Amino acid sequence: MENQILEVSDLNVAFGRGSVRAVDGVSFTLGADKVGIVGESGSGKSTVGRAIMGLLPPSAHVTARRLHFDGLDLLDQTERQMQSLRGNRLSLIMQDPRYSLNPVLPIGRQVAETALLHGNMSRKDATQAAAAMLERVQIRDVARVMRAYPHQISGGMGQRVMIAAMLLSAPRLVIADEPTSALDVSVRGEVLSLLDELVTSNGSSLLLISHDIRMVASFCDRILVMYKGRIVENLTRLEEARHPYTRSLIAAMPDARHPVHRLRVPDRESFEPSHTPLAGETL
Amino acid sequence: MQDTFPLKTPTQTRMSGAGMALRRFYSDLRREPLGHAGFIVIMILILAAVFAPLLAPYPAARQSLGEALQSPSAQHWLGTDEFGRDILSRLIWGAQITMRTVLSVSAIVGPVGLMIGITAGYFGGRTDAILMRFTDVVLSFPSLVLALAFAAALGAGLNTAIIAISLTAWPPIARLARAEALVVRNTDYVAAARIYGASHLRLLLLYIAPMCVPSVVVRLTLNMATITLTAASLGFLGLGAQPPMPEWGAMISAGRRFMLDQWWVAVMPGFAILITSLAFNVLGDAMRDILDPRHTRG
Amino acid sequence: MSSDTLGGPARAFAGRVLQFAISIFALIAVTFTIGRLLPTDPVGAIVGELASPEAYAAMRERLGLDQPVIWQFVSYLRDLVHGDLGFAAMTGRPVLDDLKIAFPATLELATLAIIISFILGVPLGLAAAFNRDTWIDHIARIISLVGHSIPVFWFGIVGLVVFYAWLQIAGGPGRVDVFYEGLVPPVTGMILIDSLLAGETAIFWNAVSHIILPASMLAYAAMAYITRMTRAFTLEQLNQDYVVAARAKGAGQARILMHHILPNITVQLVTILAISYGGLLEGAVVTEIVFSWPGLGQYMTSALLIGDMNAVVACTMVIGLMFMTLNFLSDIAYAFLDPRTGEG
Repeated sequence: MENQILEVSDLNVAFGRGSVRAVDGVSFTLGADKVGIVGESGSGKSTVGRAIMGLLPPSAHVTARRLHFDGLDLLDQTERQMQSLRGNRLSLIMQDPRYSLNPVLPIGRQVAETALLHGNMSRKDATQAAAAMLERVQIRDVARVMRAYPHQISGGMGQRVMIAAMLLSAPRLVIADEPTSALDVSVRGEVLSLLDELVTSNGSSLLLISHDIRMVASFCDRILVMYKGRIVENLTRLEEARHPYTRSLIAAMPDARHPVHRLRVPDRESFEPSHTPLAGETL
Repeated sequence: MQDTFPLKTPTQTRMSGAGMALRRFYSDLRREPLGHAGFIVIMILILAAVFAPLLAPYPAARQSLGEALQSPSAQHWLGTDEFGRDILSRLIWGAQITMRTVLSVSAIVGPVGLMIGITAGYFGGRTDAILMRFTDVVLSFPSLVLALAFAAALGAGLNTAIIAISLTAWPPIARLARAEALVVRNTDYVAAARIYGASHLRLLLLYIAPMCVPSVVVRLTLNMATITLTAASLGFLGLGAQPPMPEWGAMISAGRRFMLDQWWVAVMPGFAILITSLAFNVLGDAMRDILDPRHTRG
Repeated sequence: MSSDTLGGPARAFAGRVLQFAISIFALIAVTFTIGRLLPTDPVGAIVGELASPEAYAAMRERLGLDQPVIWQFVSYLRDLVHGDLGFAAMTGRPVLDDLKIAFPATLELATLAIIISFILGVPLGLAAAFNRDTWIDHIARIISLVGHSIPVFWFGIVGLVVFYAWLQIAGGPGRVDVFYEGLVPPVTGMILIDSLLAGETAIFWNAVSHIILPASMLAYAAMAYITRMTRAFTLEQLNQDYVVAARAKGAGQARILMHHILPNITVQLVTILAISYGGLLEGAVVTEIVFSWPGLGQYMTSALLIGDMNAVVACTMVIGLMFMTLNFLSDIAYAFLDPRTGEG
């Protein structure tokens, strides 16, 4: 396939000296499209995102047969080279703006930081770029918000600020890790469509990580389903789902069009290959 | 942040029993090299204090003016002081004084702090407000200076020093015990005991207090380092144990005069204080890490 | 922290002011108890053992000891308000006049010590946290453990012998060499400042050589504490999501440290600054003895040994007041310095 932005082949991540792999032989490619990774918490989906960004803690051991981004071998990059990629050509939007925004810095400076780091511009120009970007994420009173501290704005606005900071330099790849799950239900849709709109107009690729398979299905071209560190299924439409785990994920998510009385709880025994505990796993 | 520890369920505690718990604790401690070393040093000090008459090569007060101010040698490993007294022997005898001070203060401060803390935490409300305000007031006193003033008013001596140090050393224990009691009083097993009609006193002494003891012991161990230093400071200033008692701080004070030519007279007791205090600190740190795994990240 | 901070910053502030007032009252009550009630024979301590019964009775009346305790306490309070701390038997002068000389000397020593301990302790703590579990972290841990455990007076003696007697790179005991003494007109009472005001650079440098050793020795314990706390604060921040977010923007170590973590721990650092300053005032008491530093500590211990309770009580009061005020300031620092507590 031509025009590949990201190529991941046999990615493994293990923490500490433990033999349990958080990510186990994950392979996928990403072109100029939107791909979702779906799985329950602990399935390793966030670890995949952080591994691509090179943001895992030092205790993590990352290996891969291939981890290429935009023609670069990410495993070969020095920390300094990674720094010039991050926030510039490769961005990460995190779950909860209440924690991902620095609590004691004004909003304006946090958005301008990206411009300052990658735009090669003066502080004044960076501030202007930040204001323009905040405008693009539909923040009204930009001047006031620039001076505000994170605790003074709402969660939805916080996440739009985060998107502004991360998309300011129009990255080739945006990794959004549960970008709406910490937000109020009423603003989830608007934040997500804003992200979608910006990604599309920038011509970026999107890797959307979520536990919500229906939401991912409605935004992404492809869905990778992760379970216990492995990709168990690769779908383009929910209807194709074959794996019992995927089906249980679909059943566990409420669907506005087909209300049911009680959501189904995944029944592990139906999709565990065998339920003898793996070596090293504690009970 | 509050220093609270994960709670063992009462069944766990009961099944394992005190002996088992201690053995488990010791095997955990052996995996912390520094803490284990601290533990061994403390054990040696306690043994030295108990068996001083057997261990010390010379009596503490044996003067031999002919041998005054000798440098360390085979006969006097750590040298002699201005009266020809063997410094090593005096340090060994002095361990008695240090251990007595440390243990006495802990024996006063531990129960007092524990009772004030759990009473405040258990009853809450006005009782809590008054007790904690009082605790905070005492906590805001400069403890060494106050101990000095008390020692001066009551007359210098070892017992005065013990009282003076105790007066200002209990508040941190009380705060800690209160934080623990606040957690414990909401546990199911306390609620269960309350339902079958246990009295306040019974709940406090048999249900709440035992749960708070481990963290109080850790805190006391860390405090012992401070107590050692404060006691030595009082001794150094002439307000602790009086000569000719071989108190380490007082020995430094006496040895100061010979510092330039006979450095060992003042330096050796200083090492004794440093090592003792260091041992309490590393042991306390290790105990905290063992009893509160969450704390290790700090 | 205290549980009543939930009632809004204003209420917490009022509560803390009340706490401060109660503490000061308690300090006064305690010093009163120490000075008037505890000594077995306060009169004898002043008039001496050989005084006649008449002189003894006269002094007892003069001290007001024939009055009820409450009345004695009221008159003690009244004297305090008027700045009357009584006479020091030791010097034969009003205690207040003695304090005016001794206090600046202690303040100068403690201030220099806090500066040294901060300049060394904060970077060491940051370095330890950023290089967790490496040799830097281990060295920082050893330095801080020893600092927590070392008897400060002994460390002072050793320092004096090594740096003054053997290496001869530091000045000896006292604030200046003997032949410089009394040459600088006292303005602030702090010799480093006074000598500069008088334009006496030779005396200034001589004073520097004298103060640097006691200040460094005194600074060590505070530095140990500051290093340990800075490391803990920084480690706590390093686990926060905003640090990951800053790295995701492409910020490097230095930028994360200077622009993200430091602003977040500033308030905590100010808090421990105040706490360690209070601790240094206490540590100064024993350090001054070793270095013959004519400050509160030396004044107080001389008074202790001869039972001059007026002087002892006054020193306890001054150090206690400083200590409490610093604790108070450190607590309310949050309200002023942290943007999170502003405008809600």
